[in-house]
Amino acid sequence: MLIKRAPMFKASEITDYRLYLNRREFMFGAAALALLPTAAQAAQASAAGQPLAAKRNPAYVIGDKPTDFKSATTYNNFYEFGTDKEDPARLGHMLKPRPWAIQVDGLVHKPKRFDIEEILRFPLEERVYSLRCVEAWSMVIPWIGFPLSALLKQVEPTGKARYVEFTTLKDPEQFPAQKPSLAAFAGVEWPYAEGLRLDEAMHPLTLVTVGMYGQVLPNQNGAPVRIVVPWKYGFKSAKSLVRIRLTEEQPKTAWEKSAPQEYGFYSNVNPAVDHPRWSQATERRIGEFMRRKTLMFNGYADQVGSLYAGMDLKKNY
Amino acid sequence: MTRPAHIWFKAVAWVCCLLPLLVLAYYAATDGLGANPISFVTNWLGQWTFRLLLVALSLTPLRIVFGLSWPLLLRRLLGLFAFFYAGLHFLVWILIDHYFNWDQMLADLVKRRYITVGMLALLLLVPLAVTSTSGMVRRLGGTVWRRIHRVVYLVGVLAALHFLWLAKQGRTAPYVYAAILALLLGVRLWGALCRRLRRREEPAVVRSAPA
Repeated sequence: MLIKRAPMFKASEITDYRLYLNRREFMFGAAALALLPTAAQAAQASAAGQPLAAKRNPAYVIGDKPTDFKSATTYNNFYEFGTDKEDPARLGHMLKPRPWAIQVDGLVHKPKRFDIEEILRFPLEERVYSLRCVEAWSMVIPWIGFPLSALLKQVEPTGKARYVEFTTLKDPEQFPAQKPSLAAFAGVEWPYAEGLRLDEAMHPLTLVTVGMYGQVLPNQNGAPVRIVVPWKYGFKSAKSLVRIRLTEEQPKTAWEKSAPQEYGFYSNVNPAVDHPRWSQATERRIGEFMRRKTLMFNGYADQVGSLYAGMDLKKNY
Repeated sequence: MTRPAHIWFKAVAWVCCLLPLLVLAYYAATDGLGANPISFVTNWLGQWTFRLLLVALSLTPLRIVFGLSWPLLLRRLLGLFAFFYAGLHFLVWILIDHYFNWDQMLADLVKRRYITVGMLALLLLVPLAVTSTSGMVRRLGGTVWRRIHRVVYLVGVLAALHFLWLAKQGRTAPYVYAAILALLLGVRLWGALCRRLRRREEPAVVRSAPA
């Protein structure tokens, strides 16, 4: 029953969402492009909303209907903007995703600084993943990106590398909630840090993501570049990355530091292991009325189950 | 207060208490409930339950600190509306959010301490609502009635714990609500201490205060 796939939706259903494109931004962008090349470059500073071409990879498309674009861009957890779900959409304009670069270093033979333009030159593909938040809701998102393994292979991890650490931008000018104040107290330490085991990072499902719904990644969804790890709770998929570091020691993640009894390093989606304060057995798919049963590894058990063979997942939550 | 003024006063209070529900209905009609409407409605009703409870609990402190006694006319109305919103909050949780999934609800009730205290708070409001009529006050007698209705302080504490324990790390609102509750209960405590001191100084004064 569970592996039954609904009929695949048409590509047009997704590209239609371009209609949601912010009108003012679109007109500014179009006008700038028509006028002169330097203005076009300036328009790129707010690249969100521009179309981004990528071929769909049918091997990584779940059958469920994608969440509507409006919900996916107005109901977000991105504590750098604030703790309310509406804060990222409201304050996202403060983030400047161009110019941007990611430092990839640590235990690698060829440390490298990737400009966002270089990141965008990797062969991009579209994948439709399910996204399960630790708060027991879920969405289905057509992401655009490429496997993290392709990027890591370029920097050649050394034999000692066992973990990968992701760091989000720290800049209170762009992320207002990073300003030290009582009202903006978010309970996590900045910069936001996340981590994966090297084999998890090299898994073909792990996606360096630069777009969604046929567009450049909106600011509130982690522009210009984020990671997407579909079998783990959403907070594992760090946004607005500035650094990827390979380490020997297991990195300390932001939520692990903040509430270790509630958020472990692994944070795999697991209906059998409850959050200490609420059940993870079911979830509400955004746009649906009835709760669904949460699937082991968010439905990716066949692909990733072997990574955790013999591990006690209750202990390694 | 004259009789027409009294009626107007109560009518305005009714409208104010119903306003959160009207606003919610407006949101529902205009696609304003956001991406996760059930969660929005549950939170909204819970929030307004707590707010009304805090307003109801602020009437006596208003009298203690500012000597205002007319707001006390609204105490029963506010208390009953808080109970009304608490009931709706609970119904949305059980009927819509969990859709009669009694097993999970019962499991949650035992395992999730925020649900345990929330449920307890709602149950404790039931006897208070039942005994809220003037007839009940007469039948029970003022002293017994007042003693029973002190349970509302416990309800306030349970509501604060419910909110603190369910909220994710980093939310400030639960602390603000808890602080307001602490302030309101603190003023009462202070008022009670002052009364006791005064009694000790003037033992000749008749002890029963007007209700």
